[in-house]
Formats: sequence, C-alpha cells, structure tokens
Amino acid sequence: MTTAAAKSPRAARREARQASTAAYLETLTLPEGPAWLTGLRKDAMSRVAELTLPDRRDEYWGYTNPERLIAQEVRAAEVFRITDEPPMYQGIDRLKLVFTDGVFDAEASDSLEGEGLEITRLAEAGDIHWAKDLYGALEAKGQKPVARPLAALNTAQARDGVLIRVTGKVSRPVSLAYYRKSESATAVLHHVVKLEAGAELTLLENGPVAARSSMCLEAEIGDGAVLHHVRTMGRDHERKGVTNLFARVGKGGLFKSFSLSMNGRLMRNEAMVWLTGEGGSAHLAGAAMGDGTFHHDDTVFIAHEAPGCESRQVYKKVLRDGAVGVFQGKILVEQAAQLTDGYQLSQSLLMDENCQFLAKPELEIYADNVKCSHGSTSGEISPDHMFYLRSRGVSEEEAKLLLVLAFLAETLDEISNDHIAEDMRLRLRRWLEKHSH
Amino acid sequence: MLEINNLHVKLEDEDKQILKGLSLTVEPGSVHAIMGPNGSGKSTLSYVLSGRDGYEVTDGTATLDGEDLLDAEPEERAARGLFLAFQYPVEIPGVGNMTFLRTALNAQRKARGEAEISSGDFLKLVRAKAKDLKIDAEMLKRPVNVGFSGGEKKRNEILQMAMLEPKMCILDETDSGLDVDAMKLVSDGVNALRAPDRAFLVITHYQRLLDHIKPDVVHIMAAGRIVKSGGPELALEVEKNGYADILAEVQA
Repeated sequence: MTTAAAKSPRAARREARQASTAAYLETLTLPEGPAWLTGLRKDAMSRVAELTLPDRRDEYWGYTNPERLIAQEVRAAEVFRITDEPPMYQGIDRLKLVFTDGVFDAEASDSLEGEGLEITRLAEAGDIHWAKDLYGALEAKGQKPVARPLAALNTAQARDGVLIRVTGKVSRPVSLAYYRKSESATAVLHHVVKLEAGAELTLLENGPVAARSSMCLEAEIGDGAVLHHVRTMGRDHERKGVTNLFARVGKGGLFKSFSLSMNGRLMRNEAMVWLTGEGGSAHLAGAAMGDGTFHHDDTVFIAHEAPGCESRQVYKKVLRDGAVGVFQGKILVEQAAQLTDGYQLSQSLLMDENCQFLAKPELEIYADNVKCSHGSTSGEISPDHMFYLRSRGVSEEEAKLLLVLAFLAETLDEISNDHIAEDMRLRLRRWLEKHSH
Repeated sequence: MLEINNLHVKLEDEDKQILKGLSLTVEPGSVHAIMGPNGSGKSTLSYVLSGRDGYEVTDGTATLDGEDLLDAEPEERAARGLFLAFQYPVEIPGVGNMTFLRTALNAQRKARGEAEISSGDFLKLVRAKAKDLKIDAEMLKRPVNVGFSGGEKKRNEILQMAMLEPKMCILDETDSGLDVDAMKLVSDGVNALRAPDRAFLVITHYQRLLDHIKPDVVHIMAAGRIVKSGGPELALEVEKNGYADILAEVQA
C-alpha cells in the first residue's frame, strides 16, 4: 500500500508535474487533419504528457525560464512594422511563401510549385506518403538524451507549416516570410523538409511571426544532399518564442544554418543535429544582439554518429544595457565516430557592465581518435582597438560599429550564398546603427 | 606648427608623474628627433599628444597651429592633421585593411567638410601608395595588421600616413623590430612625405634610423623633460658615448 506520505519527494514532484501537464493538455484541442496526421499528433501529445512541460528547475532550462513560453495567457504585443529599410532578401529571386499571424497566406504567396520541389501546406496535407514517416519523427528522436517537450507540443499543436520534398538541385531559394497583423495572435508552425540523395535547397526564414510563437523545422538531409538555412528575426522588441530545429544528415551531406537575431524579449533557439553517415557536415552559426529586456538563448546539440564527420558551432552575441545571452552547446561523439572534427565557439561582447552572458559548452566523447575544440569567452570592446581607429580619424561611434561588426563577422562567414551574406552584412550594419544609441 | 609648453602629465590611475615640464616647438617642414633612455617618457608624450586615455595633464599646454590639442578627441586631432605611427600597431581581426583605410580617409574628409573619395579614386590611390612601400594586394585584403610581420606592421603604419597626408607626424620607435631592408623601405616612405608644410617628430632609441631620416633638430629626453637639444651631431654623440655623459653634464 502506498500513501502520499510514503512517496519520495522526487516521485511526488514528478506526479505533480504530470498532473499539471495533463491539466494543461486537456485545455488543448488537436487541429483537424487526415487520419495519419491526427495519429502523429496524438503520439506527440502522449510524449508531452510523459515528458511533462519544462520547468525552470530543469537543468536544461537553468538559464531561461520557460514559464512565459507556456503560460495559457499570452500578453499582447504591439505589431512592430519596419518601414525604414528595404525588404528582406530584396533582389534575390526566390519562391516566397507567406504566413500571416501563423496562417498560410495564399494570396501573398507564390504558387507552391518549383522545379525539383514538391510543396504542400500542412493544413491541407492529404495522403503524403513521404511525410508520414517524417512528421514528428525527428522531433521524437530528439527527445533523447534531453527532453524537448515544447517541440513535442509543437508537433501536436501546429496547424500550419509546409512539407517540402526536394528531388534535385534547386537554385531558387524557398523563402518563408512571417508577417504579423494581430497584436495577440500566437503561432505554432511546423515545417518538414526532405532532401533526397544529392538534392540541394536554400531555405530562408524571416519575420516576426506572432506575439508568441513556436516553430519547428524537421529536416532529413539525404546522402550527398545540401541544405542551407538562413533565419532572421529582428528588430521587434516584444518577440517571444521558441524554435526547434532537427536535422539528420546522411553520408557526405551538408547542413548549414545561420540565424540573425535582433531584439526580442524571450527567444529560445534549439537545434539538434545528427551526423549519421560518413563524411557529413553541419555548420550552425548565430549572431544575436539586443539591449534592455533582451533574452536570447541558443541551445545546440550535435551528435556525431558516423566516422569522418565535421561540425562547427559559431555563436556570437552583442549585449547592452541589461541584456541576457545564453549559450548551451554540446558536441556528442559516439564510439563509432572516429576521425570526428568538431569545433564550437561561443562569445559575447558586453557593451556595458549590466549584461549577462551565461554559457555552458560541453563535449562528450566516446571515440578515441577525434579532434574537438571548444571555447567560450565574453569581453568588452578593446580600448586599444578603439584608440587605434580613433587616432586615424574614425569617430567613436563608427569605430564601435566597425568593431561590433568585426566581432560578428565570423558568424556571417558560415553563409555560403554571397548575395545573402552581403544582405545580412548590410542589414546587420543598419540594425546596429539604429540601435547603437 | 606643434607647440608644447611646460607639459606635466601623470598616469590617471596612479600617482606617477611621467612628464615634468616638457617644452618643444616643431616648425613646419622640419624633422625633430627625440632620443632618450627607457622610461624617460617618450612614448607617453606621443600618446598624450594623440589623445590616448589613461593620462592626466596636470599643467602646461600643447597646440597644433595655435589651437589647443589636449581637450580634443583623438579623431578631432587626426582630422586636424596629427598622426601617430604606433610603436606596436594593433591587430584588429574582422576589420579589413582596405575598409579601415577608406573609413579613416573618409572620416577625416568629412570632418574637414570635404566630399568622400570615390571607390575608384580610392583604389587607385591605395594601390599606388602600397606599391611604393612594397605592400602587396594580399596584405591590403587581410584584416588590419593580423598575421603581419613586425616589418609589415610598420610599413602599414607608413601606408596609413601616406594615405591620410597628415601635417604633423609622430613616429614612435618606428625602427624597433625592423631589419636593415625594412628600415630603408620605411625611411624612404617617410622621406617621400617630407614637405614644407609637414613636420615630423621622430622618437627613437637609436641613431641608425636618423641615418635614413635626417633630423634638423635632436632632443635628448630624460625624466620627463627635454634636457638638451642640438643638431644631428647630438645623435652621433649618443650613439658613441651613450646617455650617461649627457645626463651627467646636464645635472652638473
């Protein structure tokens, strides 16, 4: 016989969490959809119930309080319209898909057709055989070794998103543009991308999404396939959200992801990558900057499961006036993954004494012949650099701008497309100019 | 051109007086050399004139063309024509040398109310000046001073000087770390810039640089002051007998 008093405090806490999670899940309804999708959504709901919702006492959430990402009540946030700069990716020929307040906007979007591409809207997904095996599958795999209940919740709740299958080398990028009209709408989007062997795609994401958002991207990158991913979020101050990126890279495949973030009250960007075939590569990079109430968290996990793979993590943050930057990054090298080349760098530039950079870099290595390095630093702009530039006539403001850009430059090097990299560079400069006062 | 009068300077964070009543006048078109033992305050003088943080002027004045220097920001001093060639040029990862040169040139032009230089004119100018200093295209493309040898760094300083065309050039131990060939290159670069409306203040430990850059006046500095001034022969005397004799003579 067990009584409440006889339970260990740990078991009691777990039961309490399960109960509150169950209560939370009861308030939710599953989106409508075909039977296969409903099945996968139900499975995801069960995962959330089992894993329980994240709690600030979880080690994995030690630096970022998940409460406001989960709370039933979502605070309205003013719609921030950028009217003083050219639109994103201007001049880059792309297939543009628009989501307004988290709902696909057919009128504003290009037709869902492109050579080497099969694109279907999640909300209109019929009997799509390839997606059945993938929707929620990488997310489910990504629940180990660390639980990611918010990703499972996304799989269960996402009403919209796109399913993209790439069968060839596609030169025209697919661009997902997120617009906001409503001050209070929340958005849950789930995208699935499957690149067949040898296929290639550039996937762009940009825009403020919603007052609160949860975005999940699952990418299956086949043997020799290449996925370039570039995401920008900026300058809206009130942004709150979580992104979950799952990518499985096959033999000789390449995955590159770059994120540019400016401002936002609470952003948690998680990425989980598996290198499952010999000679695969994954490069993840992020530049983030903000001030005041800015809280930005990059949580990255790269698993080397096959020999001869290479991975890079390059994350940099510029923090000002009380801003908080978080980096949790791990490289896991399985026993089979000999000759792994792993690199991880996380740095922050503190523009004053009120900011915080919280970093947890980790290596876990079970193979004996590998090359892995990691480094994490935070510092301020070097007075020697400042004086050198100013002694040549460069104003204090311009010198600071040059040095901040120089600090972030290494992350931009991870973008392969020169046009996009240049667009990012100019935008970064513009954003810094506007927010440097 | 440069007029320093009774300059007293201490370290900001420490109760340590470095310059103790230094006076010096540099006329347009002239080359003045300052020599002196370690710790005499030579580098401090160059930093205080160019506006580096960390020093406090407790007395005295310094003017450029009659206008006060010491209250101006470093970039204002630069725009007014002051240039310091650093003893230890700073490496700045992530900032391209070309971007740096162009930003500096345009910033100074802007401060003087002149139009920005066009990309084409800038490229032509920088290529011509770099060629004279045997600075190749690769060095121009790299981040500022990153991976440069000691000699390359000093040549890069002179390139900046040639591009910015300042009127008052201060060279802080530009000869340190240079081999004979590099010293010749750097000196030729400096000599090519000599002009009736431009002056040089050459700070050095050794006479050998002054074989290449011929000074009009040589000053000996010790304990924060100029203790003796004379012609080029003074440098030769230092080279032959060291500072001890001169200092003893001054103190006597």
